[in-house]
Formats: sequence, C-alpha cells, structure tokens
Amino acid sequence: MLSLLERRLKKAALEVQEYLGLVRLAIQGTFSRPFYRHDIVEQFDLIGWGSLTVVLLAGLFTGMALASQSGLTLDQFGARPVVGRLVSASMIKELGPVLTALMLTGRVGSGIAAELGSMVVTDQINALRALGTDPMRKLVVPRVLAGIFMAPALTVVSDFIGVLGGWLVARYQLQVNSSLYWASVTKGLYMNDVWMGLSKPFVFGFLIATIACHVGLRTGGGTAGVGKATTVSVVAGSVAVIAADFFVTQIFIGLLY
Amino acid sequence: MATETALTAKQILSEPGAPVIVFDHVVLAFDDKVVLKDVSFTLIKGHTKIILGASGSGKSTALKIVVGLLKADSGVVWVNGQRVDQLGERDLMGVRSDLGMIFQEGALFDSLTVRENVGYKLYEETDLPLEQIDRRVQEVLGFIGLSEHIDKMPSELSGGQRRRVAIARAISFRPSIMLYDEATTGLDPITATTVDDEMIKLRDLENVSSIIVTHQLRDAFYVAEHMAERDANGKVRVVPATAEKEREAEFIMLRDGIIVFEGGADALRSSKDPYIRQFLS
Repeated sequence: MLSLLERRLKKAALEVQEYLGLVRLAIQGTFSRPFYRHDIVEQFDLIGWGSLTVVLLAGLFTGMALASQSGLTLDQFGARPVVGRLVSASMIKELGPVLTALMLTGRVGSGIAAELGSMVVTDQINALRALGTDPMRKLVVPRVLAGIFMAPALTVVSDFIGVLGGWLVARYQLQVNSSLYWASVTKGLYMNDVWMGLSKPFVFGFLIATIACHVGLRTGGGTAGVGKATTVSVVAGSVAVIAADFFVTQIFIGLLY
Repeated sequence: MATETALTAKQILSEPGAPVIVFDHVVLAFDDKVVLKDVSFTLIKGHTKIILGASGSGKSTALKIVVGLLKADSGVVWVNGQRVDQLGERDLMGVRSDLGMIFQEGALFDSLTVRENVGYKLYEETDLPLEQIDRRVQEVLGFIGLSEHIDKMPSELSGGQRRRVAIARAISFRPSIMLYDEATTGLDPITATTVDDEMIKLRDLENVSSIIVTHQLRDAFYVAEHMAERDANGKVRVVPATAEKEREAEFIMLRDGIIVFEGGADALRSSKDPYIRQFLS
C-alpha cells in the first residue's frame, strides 16, 4: 500500500511528464505543417491587444506607487532627485516583467484553461480529432506563440507607462524637476538590466500559456472541473512565474554581471 | 501460369459484403476497471450495427476505439483495411477522413456558426475552393432540413437541431462509415424520430455503413425496422423495411464489457435471457 506522500509524488511526476509531453508537441507543431495562421493571428490579438488595458493600468499604478514610496525613503538621504533612476531600474528589471506576467496569468491563463477545459468536457476536443485536426496545432501552438511574443511587447508597454506614472508622482507630489527625473531614468539604465528585463517575459509568456493549455486539456469532472482547472492554472502559472523570475535572474547575474 | 491479378485491398473493400470494421478480441481497462473484456464484431459494408447496453457497459468506449480516440490494451481493430490499433495520431487522420462521428450532445464548436461547423473539415483541412465548400454546406443542411439556420450559433439551436447539425458536419466530407454515439439520448420522441430518419436516409440513400450506440430501444428498433426510399416524384419517404433490409441491421448487447447478444431485431425480442428481458421491458 503506497503511502500518501508516495502517491502525491507519483501524481506530481506524472503531471510533469504530461506537461513536458505537451511542450514537446507544441514545439513540433511550431516547426512543422500544418499551420493554422488564422488562429495564430487571432490569439495574438486576443492575448496582446486584449490585455493592453489591464497592463497599462497595472503598470501606471505600480510606477506611481513605486515613486511615492521610494521618494519618502530617498528623502532621508537627500536623494529625492534620483527617484527616476530607482523607478526605471525597478520597473525594467523586475516589476514590469513580473507584474505584467501575473496580470497575464490571471487574465489569459484563466481564459485559456476555461476555454480548453470547456471544450474537453463537451467532447469538442474529441470532435476536432475525429474531424482530422490536431488539437495541439490548432489550439495550443497559437496560444503558446501569442504568449511568448505578446508578453515581452506588453512588458515594454508596462515599463514605459510605469516610468511615466513615476514621473507624474515625482513631478506633482515630490516636486522633482521633470528634466532631472528623465535624466536620472536614462542614467540609471544599463544595457544588462534591459537585456534581463526583456528576456524574462519570453520565459514567463511561455510558462503561462503552456501551463494553462496543459491544465485545460486535462480537465475532467464536468463544469466543476472547469472551475477547478481555471483556479489551478492561475495558481500554478503565478508560482511558475515567480519561481522562474528567481532562476532567470540568477542565470543573468552569472552571465552578464 | 496464373492469369488473374490479386485484388487490391481497396477493391476488396468496395465489394458488397466486405467488412469495413473488424473488432477482434478487444480489451480495454481504465486503472482497475475493465470496460471491454473481450469484444469482437464485424461491420459489413452498407449494413448497420446497433450496440445496446446500460450506462457504463462500454458502448461509447468501443466507438472511440474504432475512431482511434482511445487505444485498446489488446486486440485488433481494422477500419477500411487499416490496423487502427497500431497507428499513431498522424496516421489516424487518414483513417478518420472516411469516418464520420456524432457525439452525444453534438459536440458542436460553440464559437463557430452552423455554416462554419458544418463546413469545418472542408474549410480547415482541404484546399477546396470556398464556393465549392459553401455549396456543399448548403447541400447537407438542405438534406437535414436546417438551411435557414446556417448563420446561427449553436447556442441558438434546440437540442435536436444541434444533433442534426452534428450529423451534417459529419457527412459534409462524404464518409462511407458513420458512428453515432447516443445521438438521440435526451431528445423528445418526435425530435428523436427526426434524427433517426436522417440516419436511415444516410444508410439507404448514400450507402453509408453505420454503428449506432444507444440505450434508447425505441430508436434502435425504429432504425432497424424502417428504410428510406424515393417515391415516383423523387421525394424521400421513410417506410417499414423489407425483410432483406431488416437483415442488414444487427443488434449487439453489451453487459459489463462483454457481448451477451448478437442478432437481428426478432431474435432480440424473442430472447429468453433474463438480463435482455429486463432491458427490453
């Protein structure tokens, strides 16, 4: 009789195995025909353009809060004018990529899991296969590609709007001269930071989309199962993003710094 | 010296009386639960196999094995001369191009219109001109009498209409074998008869071989004991079947994963088996 821990470990190992199988098939589907171009464009629009509003809002308020909080701290050292440097470095290296990814996990990850999960429980996935369509190529590949390429694009938008939000607070609350603010923003930006900040979203986007697709396609148990899959997708995606952030940061520190 | 040429598999399969599906000693279990214990049957070209059984007896599982959605643990499954139990997903696409499957509840793609659902395979998986596909979609919707619903979404259709659109989707690419998984379950008797008539028309007017999985006895006997014909004006009527036609419909009853009956409608009705008598009562 297997102990509870052994069963849990076996189940976890099986999940990882199935997930890696989905990743392998998604990579195969990306580099071999047939391609479902219409679905790829559609997902780029839904995931990219559709997430713009939430990313803009999250980035703006994050930048504003960051400027507000850091302004108070910098005051203690008489360094209020360098608030721009702190905002830009924080947004570009960490907050922009991670918060954008977490917003995407909630909006896009849950949507993907719910949609695919609903298709599973209503036999639409089986219907696709019976009609000669590979669900991996039709459903998973477009979403993964959209996740990989739209996450960095949205991160750039978030970074920019976050720095802009920081300027609003710096100019009107902290009374920092605008030219001083923008000068410190650019002064505090190193190419290594930019590389790190722009590379992370590719990893995050990949994780969010693949985890959501994996969870959605393994949904069982009717509508209750769909609800559970949505929750699992968001939780697992969020944890994966935060964990990946740590590991990617360590790799880049080792490579670039 | 031999002068006759061996027939190709395609030629053999196109002859009357050829087996199009062979299920041979198939076994399938999910974890500890054995769903199919040792199931064997053959579907002859142009004939109908009606698989009856209680919920959980393995009926739908058998259909999914035929189309390759599930893999058997052991046994052999032939479809149109190909061993589907040995094929990978990519190779199964070729087999599925001649199989049409109706799922319970229809399984229509709810983000696509009726037009896009019916023409799905032709739009997505073929290079046919759009005008030709549109014509075919109109034709099959006309066949099932739902032409006026062509631009509606599945959510705007009734349950019976969704099943009929599912049939239209499955026949749009002219398969020679149709698989029906509880196609009339949950429908009122009048709507169920409408769906049964579509099955009969396909079988008798398009010479489609069919496997019908159901636990609805009324529909099972209706399909077995009726046939479609064109009258002098070319209009299609569904009438009581001739004795010869009735012989082309065979019943299989599954119980706990094994076949407990195989035969015609009359033999089923006159069976003395207590389980069958209870099932038919």
